[in-house]
Amino acid sequence: MEPVIDNLDLYWSGFLTSLEFIVYSLVGSMLLGTLIAAFRVSPIAALRSFGSAYVTVVRNCPLTIVLFFMAFGLPELGINYSFFTFGIVGLVIYTSAFVCEALRSGINAVPAGQAEAARAIGLTFSQTMREVVLPQAFRSAVPPLGSVQIAMFKNSAVAGAFGIGGDLYSVGRTLTSARGFEYIPVLTGVAIGYLVITLSAGAALAVIERKVAIAR
Amino acid sequence: MTQSDSGVSAANGAPLVVLEHVDKWFGDLHVLQDINLSVARGEVVVVIGPSGSGKSTLCRTINRLETIDKGTITLDGQPLPQEGKELARLRAEVGMVFQSFNLFAHKTILENVTLGPIKVRGQKKAEAEKRGLELLDRVGIAHQSAKYPAQLSGGQQQRVAIARALAMDPKVMLFDEPTSALDPEMIKEVLDVMVDLARQGMTMVVVTHEMGFARTAADRVVFMADGAIVEEGTPEEFFTNPRSERAQDFLGKILKH
Repeated sequence: MEPVIDNLDLYWSGFLTSLEFIVYSLVGSMLLGTLIAAFRVSPIAALRSFGSAYVTVVRNCPLTIVLFFMAFGLPELGINYSFFTFGIVGLVIYTSAFVCEALRSGINAVPAGQAEAARAIGLTFSQTMREVVLPQAFRSAVPPLGSVQIAMFKNSAVAGAFGIGGDLYSVGRTLTSARGFEYIPVLTGVAIGYLVITLSAGAALAVIERKVAIAR
Repeated sequence: MTQSDSGVSAANGAPLVVLEHVDKWFGDLHVLQDINLSVARGEVVVVIGPSGSGKSTLCRTINRLETIDKGTITLDGQPLPQEGKELARLRAEVGMVFQSFNLFAHKTILENVTLGPIKVRGQKKAEAEKRGLELLDRVGIAHQSAKYPAQLSGGQQQRVAIARALAMDPKVMLFDEPTSALDPEMIKEVLDVMVDLARQGMTMVVVTHEMGFARTAADRVVFMADGAIVEEGTPEEFFTNPRSERAQDFLGKILKH
């Protein structure tokens, strides 16, 4: 494990970069996924169609293709940002389709009477979603949302392969290709970095799940 | 503008709720057949009938939780608008109490009662809470205001649901089988609150199997069977001398025990 111990500072900065990338992608995909889920259950047919088309296209498209579009497609159209930004956008687009579906399973678990009661006191559709349906939907969607987001954390390594720059994945590549260290210890170090993130996320999820549980 | 319009059309004596030639199908099933019904201000109309007769559906069309296929429904002179902000505004004027209570499971009792006044009427939180506590006191639940719905008994939950509807100062209250999901000993506490409301002059449409309530509180009984209004009259007329065979048969079955 010498290569890891000797390069702890490099690992640490890679860890922080990956973490930053993940936090942006997490927030972005939750927001976009929630919006798409609201579209999918909206009373407006056009929004419903858009929502289901979005999910169908994005969910069935391999992540690498989405990232290729970001890395090479958009620059062709004259849109240029750092790949750190493109990577986040790509991962947000991809993950939001799964967030939408996880959330929709939560929405379906909220008894129809809850939304009816909300409408009956005069709440509009968006108020009904915001005040009554989504808070309850999130609670029952915590486990599937957790799985989706943990998958996203690991997918951030795929984005790393496209060259986020300075993240855990590229630390591994730098140490093995440029500096000639052996793969097994270096990659073990990278894996530990990701495990720290995913295992703490799992622990956080268990806490959240206990906190938001509601009796029916 | 709309305010004064409705003021004019709702001149004293004009009925508050009017259903004209209302038809509704669920697929092939003709659940509402040419329904004509008007409810006067302050009137208590009790709708009874066998299961599947369309009485709940009828009740739910009045605030458009169920849409209709033909006919018109007007509330205080205004036809029910299409889905959207207008409809939301109108629903705020119509209180609804459900069979399964439908209290917001993630909100406390007090929050259940204040959500509408704060979000729909734009009341200040403190103001809404003061009034909410008054209403909860009126239905005998004020001391439980910090609890969550699941911590209350069915009868208590239903009384909270009534307070939640009253918090919007509705013009009319709809009750869709409010006691059907309750244990027998809890039915009375809910009916007592409803009888009180009726005495205070609230306009009410009540779908129920509680014949005792119909006798004490109803101004008019509407009997439905197979999607149609078969007979209507005062409780006295209806219970002692039902005209239609269908009503005689129904009463014969339920009053035997």
